[in-house]
Amino acid sequence: MELQEHTSVAADMLRHFEEKIERGDAIEPKDRMPDGYRKHLIRQISQHAHSEVIGMQPEGNWVTRAPSLRAKQILLAKIQDEGGHGLYLYSAAETLGISRAEMIEQLHAGKAKYSNIFNYPALNWADIGAIGWLVDGAAIVNQVSLQRTSYGPYSRAMVRICKEESFHQRQGYEIMAKMMKGSAEQRDMAQDAMNRWWWPALMMFGPHDSDSPHTGDAFKWKIKRQSNDELRAKFIDKTVQQAEVIGLTIPDKDLKWNEARGHYDHGAINWDEFYRVINGNGPCNQQRMDHHKRVHAEGAWVREAAEAYRIKKEKKLHLS
Amino acid sequence: MTQQEALYKFALRLGDNALIRSYRLSEWCSNAPILEEDLALTNFALDMIGRAQSLLGYAGEIEGKGRTADDLAYKRNEQLFVNVLMAELPNNDFAYTIARELFLSVYEYYYFTDLAKCDDPTLAAIATKTLKEVKYHMAHSTDWTLRLGDGTEESHARMQDAVNKLWSYAGEFFEADVVDVMLTNALNTPDTPRLLKNWEDHTAAVLKEATLRTPSVPFIQHGGRNGVHTEYMGHILSEMQFLSHAYPDASW
Ligand SMILES: [Fe+2]
Ligand SMILES: [Fe+2]
Ligand SMILES: [Fe+2]
Repeated sequence: MELQEHTSVAADMLRHFEEKIERGDAIEPKDRMPDGYRKHLIRQISQHAHSEVIGMQPEGNWVTRAPSLRAKQILLAKIQDEGGHGLYLYSAAETLGISRAEMIEQLHAGKAKYSNIFNYPALNWADIGAIGWLVDGAAIVNQVSLQRTSYGPYSRAMVRICKEESFHQRQGYEIMAKMMKGSAEQRDMAQDAMNRWWWPALMMFGPHDSDSPHTGDAFKWKIKRQSNDELRAKFIDKTVQQAEVIGLTIPDKDLKWNEARGHYDHGAINWDEFYRVINGNGPCNQQRMDHHKRVHAEGAWVREAAEAYRIKKEKKLHLS
Repeated sequence: MTQQEALYKFALRLGDNALIRSYRLSEWCSNAPILEEDLALTNFALDMIGRAQSLLGYAGEIEGKGRTADDLAYKRNEQLFVNVLMAELPNNDFAYTIARELFLSVYEYYYFTDLAKCDDPTLAAIATKTLKEVKYHMAHSTDWTLRLGDGTEESHARMQDAVNKLWSYAGEFFEADVVDVMLTNALNTPDTPRLLKNWEDHTAAVLKEATLRTPSVPFIQHGGRNGVHTEYMGHILSEMQFLSHAYPDASW
């Protein structure tokens, strides 16, 4: 009897949740939601938050070497935006019942991931252009689609974040355009950055639809609204033209317009590389994690001091 | 020295203080103890890049040789940089950075309050804008001095150590040479030796509240304002100016 009641409450909850999703209503933190939905979102939002934060490293690598005051200002402001995105996203994930400290712990334990793209190095100044243009450019395509995701706090975070990301994309493109108008050495740097970032940027959309393991639930729950391949095609279509305008060559000899599909066809993506990097063996995986862990450990005494001070002040307040 | 030459040097010194300190603050990017502090410190770095742009731009204008703020930042040799030494000292740990920021921001609070009233309209306008930012910087470094000084045993020890080691660099803020004297007389710019007392009282009060001792070491370190720097400075410039040295004709 008790069990039956329990099951029927759970069934009611599930039906109510599914109806909301069906109607296209947002799910809010206080709403009841299936465990799988909650877990999926925590995984996805925390991964997104960690990506924003880890992504500060390759760009941070050029802050002290930015070649003009304006370039330094734009770069620093961009990295700051990314840190801000990390903050909103950690907060969005916290509404699902996990703390930032736990998320960081999971990152350090290798249980939570971050975007693979940040396991590639930023080697010359044009990489700062390429990251803004291609990496933020790819992220926007994904995130514009996520503005309609079913979880309210996540979708609202995406709306806010997308505005800034498109700014980053334009600024990145501006760096590339400027370098392509510059000396032969600058053009070489720009093309070199293009060659190294193009394929990893395409991989940001994840495996082909035919091999994507999470597709089912994420679609049913309207967390994900468009497939990996659809999003990737959108990115390629808008980016190819932009590259042509400034004279950059896309490093894919099989790239060509397909009139019938209304999209570009592209060459084979190196999925071995994709899985190798995901599994920890990219150029910078070790470096990024070591850096994050070191900074976190070195800052422990500061966080402890702030906490100790807060407690002292609270006690004083109670006494007075 | 003509007044124009004095004004050039004056703007250059203020611009270099902002530029070099922004460099140090920007090094915290992706290195701070919590994400919020990463954002705060780089935000201050951004304020100071903006300030450096205004002041170096103004210095270039006064000089009248067509040099831009970027030319002055990226194409000048070490001995021609005239920032105070404190600005170029390494971040070390968070306590060290906070102590440096406290000393500088308290100084700048009094300094820019006075500069905002000077008779050079450009400098007065820059000072008015800067003062708003400095109030944030000072509130931030004051808050952290209290937290670290009166936090844990470890944070107290680190903060005291930082205060002790940086103290001797503060005297340079209050030096006045022919440049300063000429402009104080002609344009009513701050009479810096007179700010020392304000700075000492203000700083001592913060340190006391933070349960820290005010050092009694003498102000022995100086030279930056005349182009004689610490060993750290060359490394800042070799990194900051790397691209403009490697590709002198390129524009970015
Ligand atoms: Fe992002
Ligand atoms: Fe972002
Ligand atoms: Fe971005």
